[in-house]
Amino acid sequence: MALLKFNDKGIYCEQAGVYIDPWGQVDHAIITHAHADHARWGSRHYLAHHFSLPVMRWRLGADINVQGIGYNEEIVLNGVKISLHPAGHIIGSAQVRLEYKGEIWVVSGDYKLQNDHLATPFEPVRCQHFITESTFGLPVYRFPAVEEVQGEINDWCAKNTAAGKTSVIIGYALGKAQHILYGLDKSIAPIYAHGAVVNMNRALEQSGFDFSYAKPLDYSLSKKELQGCIVVAPPSAVGTPWLRRFDPYSIGICSGWMQLRGARRRRGVDRGFVMSDHCDWQQLNTAVKLTGAENVYVTHGYKSIYAKWLRDEMHLNATEVDTLYEGESIEGDKEEAATESAEAGIAPEASSNEQGISSPENGDV
Amino acid sequence: MKAFAELYTAIDQTTKTNAKVDALVAYFASAPETDVLWCVAMLTGKSPKRTIRSGELKEWSAEMSGLPYWIFDESYHIVGDLAETITLILPPPSSSAGYSLTETIAFLRSLDKYGDEDKKIAIQQRWDEMDSGERFVFNKLMTGSFRVGVSKQLVIKALAKQFKIEEDTVAHRLTGDWSPDTTTLTTLLSAEGDTDSYYRPYPFYLAYQWEQSVDDLGDVHDWQIEQKYDGIRGQLLLRRGELFVWSRGEELMTEKFPEFEILKGILPDGTVIDGEVLPYRDGRPLPFHLMQTRIGRKNLTKKSLQEAPLILMCYDLLEYHGEDIRTRPMQERRALLEQVVKDANEIAAVPLLLSPVLDCQSWEEATQAREAARDNNCEGLMLKHKNSPYETGRRKGQWWKWKVDPLTVDGVLLYAQRGHGRRANLYTDYTFAIWDGDELVPFTKAYSGLTDKELLQVDNWIKRNTIDKFGPVRSVKAELVFEIAFEGINRSPRHKSGVALRFPRILRWRTDKKKEDANTKDDLMKLIEMQETTR
Repeated sequence: MALLKFNDKGIYCEQAGVYIDPWGQVDHAIITHAHADHARWGSRHYLAHHFSLPVMRWRLGADINVQGIGYNEEIVLNGVKISLHPAGHIIGSAQVRLEYKGEIWVVSGDYKLQNDHLATPFEPVRCQHFITESTFGLPVYRFPAVEEVQGEINDWCAKNTAAGKTSVIIGYALGKAQHILYGLDKSIAPIYAHGAVVNMNRALEQSGFDFSYAKPLDYSLSKKELQGCIVVAPPSAVGTPWLRRFDPYSIGICSGWMQLRGARRRRGVDRGFVMSDHCDWQQLNTAVKLTGAENVYVTHGYKSIYAKWLRDEMHLNATEVDTLYEGESIEGDKEEAATESAEAGIAPEASSNEQGISSPENGDV
Repeated sequence: MKAFAELYTAIDQTTKTNAKVDALVAYFASAPETDVLWCVAMLTGKSPKRTIRSGELKEWSAEMSGLPYWIFDESYHIVGDLAETITLILPPPSSSAGYSLTETIAFLRSLDKYGDEDKKIAIQQRWDEMDSGERFVFNKLMTGSFRVGVSKQLVIKALAKQFKIEEDTVAHRLTGDWSPDTTTLTTLLSAEGDTDSYYRPYPFYLAYQWEQSVDDLGDVHDWQIEQKYDGIRGQLLLRRGELFVWSRGEELMTEKFPEFEILKGILPDGTVIDGEVLPYRDGRPLPFHLMQTRIGRKNLTKKSLQEAPLILMCYDLLEYHGEDIRTRPMQERRALLEQVVKDANEIAAVPLLLSPVLDCQSWEEATQAREAARDNNCEGLMLKHKNSPYETGRRKGQWWKWKVDPLTVDGVLLYAQRGHGRRANLYTDYTFAIWDGDELVPFTKAYSGLTDKELLQVDNWIKRNTIDKFGPVRSVKAELVFEIAFEGINRSPRHKSGVALRFPRILRWRTDKKKEDANTKDDLMKLIEMQETTR
């Protein structure tokens, strides 16, 4: 019998009695990272990387029962060896490796191979069974180097500031916002963060990171005093009156989806920066190869296409799997959306659905 | 190409008119003259014809990327734009060649002479010499789908600004069928080019739809009210003894309308009339599609001439005895127009009719006239201020179109397909069904009408309620009801539902209705019968 199974609560290891990133409420949950579609409320005991703990406590409640471990630190549950390994997605994100009687599985959660200098860089883990996302699992997604995009953002900000305009940069509050902040040239203009971003910064600072250069917005400042500054805000801020105080401003979104012209135009923003905390096509293929896995389970994203690619062109046993994970969202605050659907008890229709058409796709919610 | 690609990107990245004009001016100031000329040609809708089949481009780019064809095709369905898919899927270039726009167009036109294999090699080499911005524009040129978010008016504005010429003068000089092959930028924009321009029409004055209450327009007596005919808007020119008929799209269509030849000896030289070319018989316009069929034909047969005899419904007089009278008030031009049409008809039976001015003493009467418009195969009314000049381009203020409220029907969403361009990667193209007994039969497709927010909601619903997938199309659970608006309805043996709609679009999402509340085939048939009896 397989060590891991997909059931209506998540990815389950019966032998160890644990779920990984469950969307139902369970006794023991191992959490790959603190994004709301992976770290959900209501389980009795959580296990995650040390760096994920402050964010989880902030979001799920200070009283949650959670244990932190480091990367490559092994624990054993009923004979199953379990360890976390860097996934490179956001600070504290981890792949979960499970081994029992020579059978090795890796649940990668969300991950990327690019080094953003904040998240511990991805480390490939050899296994026989690999569970991968496929958010950008199409050959049209080829992300530019992190430094190149940071350069584009800085040039754009400098130009805006010189023209007396504020630069509003949009990225989700946990992960992307810090990725943006880290790469900003701090000498261009004062940097302000939206409240949701500040909260995440504070939580991450408990793990020793420093984002103190991004100031919470001082509401006593006049429009004149704010002019030409740089603001980092989550997608939910787009189109809200909150932005008006920055007039005149130019607005740019950081997302892997910005690779496509249609997605950028639909958002009606001035600029789209191709910056993602997920794998592009090349990174996905590289990662799969590096695991050496014969069996690949493809979750959220272009899963049917990517699974077919792995079967037909890479000659692997690849299957698509329905989950409630959502990948990268630019159409609003995915984190709220994920929490709501979890609370409303919306579970995927039977996971055995071979068409794989019942769950949210493409993260484009 | 680099500069042109940058111009394209600059325009594409902003929605602000001034930024677009600035980008154009900067390009006009720095690009070589022939490139500017080609740029103007393309931005005003004179793109070179497609020289390569899109199937070939797909294969060649998949091959160059080392990808199987099926995954190229899947990507294309998701990206929703062929030129963009190719751009994204190709490996990074190995060099940068820096071809000019003019050179690139010359290259594309020379491809006709190449054999298939040579064509492939030549294009793959070009791809390998361009960055992604250049590739995208290059692909757009090859697929014949070059479009960018600037109106002709903005191009005119930028040209006027850069070359310090009046906007109206630029507008006039850009009309007609000039081509970068036969003119230069200097000739096109200078007065010396005018000497040879007697065949050129004036820029058309176009109206926006009036959306508010008509009471806001003030006194009804200040307005000249006419029917809004549903034909081909055109200008008829008689100059130097020659006759020209131009469509609104600035296509020369003289040969399509032999009916107007007779006017040569009759209208005075130096006459330009703005009007609507209509199929017309027994004192009333015929349905638009009759003319459409006729125009589509390569050779005009006697039969097609008899089936759809054309007339020009005259709206306005722009030139009178060789004098440009566009700045005179509407009332004055109308009086002269009446004179010209009357004089001509006294000489012979000519296919010129005066668009009747409706005598409305109040806006209530005007509203009634609008309601009756559809019975005359009209789309509504035109409201023109009696003092208005004949302006250039689409403008607000003095002329308004005031269309009839559309007909509507409630249909059930049955199939969905991913959209293109701005709506790529979202399920936005829908097929709707009506009830035929207890069966739902598809009766129309519709693409537009929902807000971006609704599109996302429906897209999400579709992904959760898919029954089956056929390539890019999904069939969904019959549940959502939408109100579909349309302009006309006809019987159609080609459609399973037996009907064909004109200009269908989504009016709104009827979240208050269940699928059982949707309309039936009988309802639509009744609508058709009603129309047929009033005609």
